[in-house]
Amino acid sequence: MKVGVVTFPGSLDDVDAARAVRLAGHEAISLWHGDHDLQGADAVVLPGGFSYGDYLRCGAISRFAPVMTEVIAEAKRGLPVLGICNGFQILCESHLLPGALVRNDHRRFVCRDQRLRVETNRTAWTAAYDQGAEITVVLKNGEGAFVADAETLERLEGEGRVVVRYLDGNPNGSLNDIAGITNEAGNVVGLMPHPEHAVEDLTGPGTDGLGFFASLVSATAAL
Amino acid sequence: MRVPRIVVDVMPKPELLDPQGKAVLGALPRLGFDTVRDVRQGKRFELEIEGETTEAILEQAHEMAATLLSNPVIEDFHVSMASVAPSEAAADS
Repeated sequence: MKVGVVTFPGSLDDVDAARAVRLAGHEAISLWHGDHDLQGADAVVLPGGFSYGDYLRCGAISRFAPVMTEVIAEAKRGLPVLGICNGFQILCESHLLPGALVRNDHRRFVCRDQRLRVETNRTAWTAAYDQGAEITVVLKNGEGAFVADAETLERLEGEGRVVVRYLDGNPNGSLNDIAGITNEAGNVVGLMPHPEHAVEDLTGPGTDGLGFFASLVSATAAL
Repeated sequence: MRVPRIVVDVMPKPELLDPQGKAVLGALPRLGFDTVRDVRQGKRFELEIEGETTEAILEQAHEMAATLLSNPVIEDFHVSMASVAPSEAAADS
């Protein structure tokens, strides 16, 4: 598959995301925030970083970048979109995912290997995992606390739309220990931890993150 | 010179934890200010307007506040008018 990775001004993890895409057997295409063009991508990754310097709110300005017009329109038609960290914040600001990410409750930047439980494999990005699989990937953010109103939380839990949950303690004050969620259709997934930093033994806590990118093939066949 | 301005105040929703406000609250007693019970930190936007501030422009400001300046999931906003430049306001105090 052709997987587009968007670079915004201030993106940090676009190259790692593209590498993870290739390691999972796909072709990675670089997409530019200023272009109105997805270049025929079959799926899109919004990578981590500090787009637009996190000015105003994390992801608030990127949401209106030219390329997001196409990402939002295609996501609503079923294009698989994965938002990692800053990408998750952009998806929430775009209203493709509900809720918001706010500053960590302990006010410190957190950077560590994080254990997670994959709560659902019925998404385009987690189909390769066993339901309930426990994985370790990198977590690194300052504004990673997921918040939403009570009604939204209840709906996310009730509809099985919590994708990954923090294990071994809550690292940032996220409600219900939520690390990542999906939209109703399961094609859009956002999470704060970084699966793209856990795809090779040499440079991360293992290869547990590869499944997000390997999921694309099996999931798109099913969706 | 008095320029018509629209002021948009954005505050974190009251039910939401405000870690920045908490940090400020924690610092005040260290400076000897021990009468403050709580601090919440928000943002203030001053929009300089071309021409008169009409109802239509105020309505636009609401739209700007709801779409870009604030995130309604986590923040409340308030739109008001001001014709005094911030430098003048500061000089008064």
